[in-house]
Amino acid sequence: MADNDIALMAHLMRRAGFGAQYEELEARAARGYETAVEELLHPEDHSNGMDLDLAERCFIEWNHFIRCVPEYIAWRMINSRNQLEEKMVLFWHGILCTADSKTQSYVTSQAELDMLRRRGMGNFRDLLLEISRDPAMVYFLDNCLSHKDAINENYGRELLELFSMGVGMDGEFNYTEDDVKECARAFTGWTIANGIPGQPYGRYSAQFVYNPEDHDEGEKTFLGHTGNFNGEDIIDIICQQPATARFISRHLYSFFVADEAQVPSWMNTPPRDPDTIKLLEEEYFRSGYDIRSMLRVLFNSDAFKDARFSRIKGPIETVIGTLRLVGDWNTPKPGFESIFDEMKHMGQEILNPPSVEGWHTGKEWIDGGTLVRRINFIADYVGDVSYPGIQDIVQKLAAEGPTISPEGLVEGCLRLLGHYELADETHQMLVEHARKSGELPTNTREFPDQVGNMLQMIVATKEYLYA
Amino acid sequence: MTSNKKDPVLVILQMTGAYDALNTFIPYSDPHYPDYRPVLQISPEDVLAVDDKVGFHPAMAPLKELYDEGKVAVMQGIGYPNPIRSHFRSLDIWHTAEPEKMVTDGWLGKAIRDLDPDKENILTAVNFGRGLPRALAAPGVSVASVGDLASYGVLTGIDGEEQRMDALDIFGRMYSPLIGSGAVNDYLSQTGLDALRGADILRTAPEIYSSGVEYGGSPFAQWLKNIAQVHLADFGTRVLYTGVNPGTFDTHANQNITFPKLWGDVTNAISDFYQDLKEHNANEEVVMLLFTEFGRRVKENGSGTDHGSGGVAFVIGDAVKGGLYGEYPSLEPEKLDEGDLRWNNDFRSTYATLLEQWMGLDANPVLGGTYEQFDLIK
Repeated sequence: MADNDIALMAHLMRRAGFGAQYEELEARAARGYETAVEELLHPEDHSNGMDLDLAERCFIEWNHFIRCVPEYIAWRMINSRNQLEEKMVLFWHGILCTADSKTQSYVTSQAELDMLRRRGMGNFRDLLLEISRDPAMVYFLDNCLSHKDAINENYGRELLELFSMGVGMDGEFNYTEDDVKECARAFTGWTIANGIPGQPYGRYSAQFVYNPEDHDEGEKTFLGHTGNFNGEDIIDIICQQPATARFISRHLYSFFVADEAQVPSWMNTPPRDPDTIKLLEEEYFRSGYDIRSMLRVLFNSDAFKDARFSRIKGPIETVIGTLRLVGDWNTPKPGFESIFDEMKHMGQEILNPPSVEGWHTGKEWIDGGTLVRRINFIADYVGDVSYPGIQDIVQKLAAEGPTISPEGLVEGCLRLLGHYELADETHQMLVEHARKSGELPTNTREFPDQVGNMLQMIVATKEYLYA
Repeated sequence: MTSNKKDPVLVILQMTGAYDALNTFIPYSDPHYPDYRPVLQISPEDVLAVDDKVGFHPAMAPLKELYDEGKVAVMQGIGYPNPIRSHFRSLDIWHTAEPEKMVTDGWLGKAIRDLDPDKENILTAVNFGRGLPRALAAPGVSVASVGDLASYGVLTGIDGEEQRMDALDIFGRMYSPLIGSGAVNDYLSQTGLDALRGADILRTAPEIYSSGVEYGGSPFAQWLKNIAQVHLADFGTRVLYTGVNPGTFDTHANQNITFPKLWGDVTNAISDFYQDLKEHNANEEVVMLLFTEFGRRVKENGSGTDHGSGGVAFVIGDAVKGGLYGEYPSLEPEKLDEGDLRWNNDFRSTYATLLEQWMGLDANPVLGGTYEQFDLIK
């Protein structure tokens, strides 16, 4: 099989998933790129390959989702073969944000993330409806406190600003302050039963309830439409807006193709690839707001295929990708919690986006503190040759011959990490570093550590910050 | 590296989430106040009054004590033109000092460039928290950003001192900027190099620090402790930045429960920090600015308050002439700005005052214009 096909598959799996070991890349590439894309797009047709029963017996807290929900989500990201399905959970979790720091109810967050998994590649209108009725969201953005005689605008505003249209497009505002108020009025009566903070009596799951008594039945004017609107009508109007097509397309592009400008600047900053955004916008309307169709167009576009190493990995991608690479956490064992501290100190915690605006991405992931944390985390893992994924890399290199040249060592490690590419200068520095040890025999006791050392140097590069 | 302990130091405390100005610094005798706040009002006898009109929220007693000692300037009615009620954009405006258009350079980033034009000290500015605030970002400006001071360092997991030194040597060269590799890569290069150099210096700060002050356990209190450690270690750091996590003060609901606890934690930490400086005879060297992105809606929503405008900020320190600055915005219904406090005090006036009168910089190039200054530094 051509190296090119595997390099492209490595790219697809870094973006549409959390990366993959070399053998998995070979297997997926052997079925052909378009087939591999369809497999990812249709998790319902393929086993996720996880033995969740076994995991649940070891992590007994999972049974009721009263604890360990980040662990459950991370477990799926690491172990599910349906990688895109899990990646879409992260995608939507960063846009349709709720934070456990406020909701304080894992059982309700769990229900939300399961919904994002179920709806993540479906129709965007259905997703907006579900998130508007999602108990964690209703509580997080205080819609349960919005009453017909005392409107709380929080959900109404964020639905427009952060979940669907964005503040503005092409230099123009997408809606007015009045639209925000009218939108909030339309969602009055959308509330929850079993309010979330269960302290001191324990946590209960909450359910969505529509309370017609508390719904503002008055006439509303929203984005130029007038009527006695309820929330569903507002969502219908939102979905028809070109701004919504633009907003979702830019988010998809930024998450899967290449880092866009930060969301708040989208009103005045044009997309970095207007042609691809236009393609996605057209597919949004053509398909009737179908996310799966937009993803199909995206993954099969040249813009995607050519965009290797143009996105800075986020912390969750970094941590999950590292665990998948080295082959850790395929079976349950104690001590999973510490990886969540790592994610947190790199700047991203599952179930705790810093605010309803989600995480800032791209270069904003990186500062002195988060960079140090990230490099140290990956280097500690890839330098530990007891991990099966690292042993595989060592054995594959050893199988190539009785000795390996400095150039061969650098090139081989880069390839087996997923066809990483370094700037010529960086590449040369690593080759020079390897030359200090000269041509290495591959059957020695030291060889695994020599490979581990090279892997540590590679994951500390600037290039490795990218996916 | 030159270090002069007497160089003025600015500490910025960002209270993210938009604290409710009306219940932070309370116009308790205004007859409209209880009308707007049937549930959330603080009774006049509980307010920590500074005069017969206004006073601090009762949970802010530690700050009130500093006020009584003449060390707190209250910046009333602070805001910016055409208030925007989005957390993101509003913080951006405070960070960039540019309300009219989106820019990327932070006001402090530019100030740091002026403080250390030849980049002699990579620790001229240090941030504590998750992620670097845009206020500190400017091309070519290095800011150390630390989540946990005790464990800061690059490739700490490489076995063997010699091997690690070798690796760090290559790391340093790999992160040297390459010509033509683009702005993002230049940024990554610089961040990597500065992290490498900064870590070795910063790590010594907790080792040489000792204090009788015990800080609280919240991240904010711990970061203030780290700020004290770094300042007292005499690295020549001039700008220190920290805050509370985004959304913390975003009290749309249950404000009566969360708000007093937040102010209690925050003002206790500030008081501890001040006492710590005092114990080390460093209290005259530091001025703090405590701010938030906007004020909240004047009329409560029954449980909390929605996004508004017109806020209040505080400048704290021995060098500060304590008292009230700006005007308290009117609560007359017809004088509100779409239901919000109408700002009368451009935040850039406070910035200009701090930059020129405290830090000794020319404020004009940093702020891109001239703003009236307050006479608030001794």
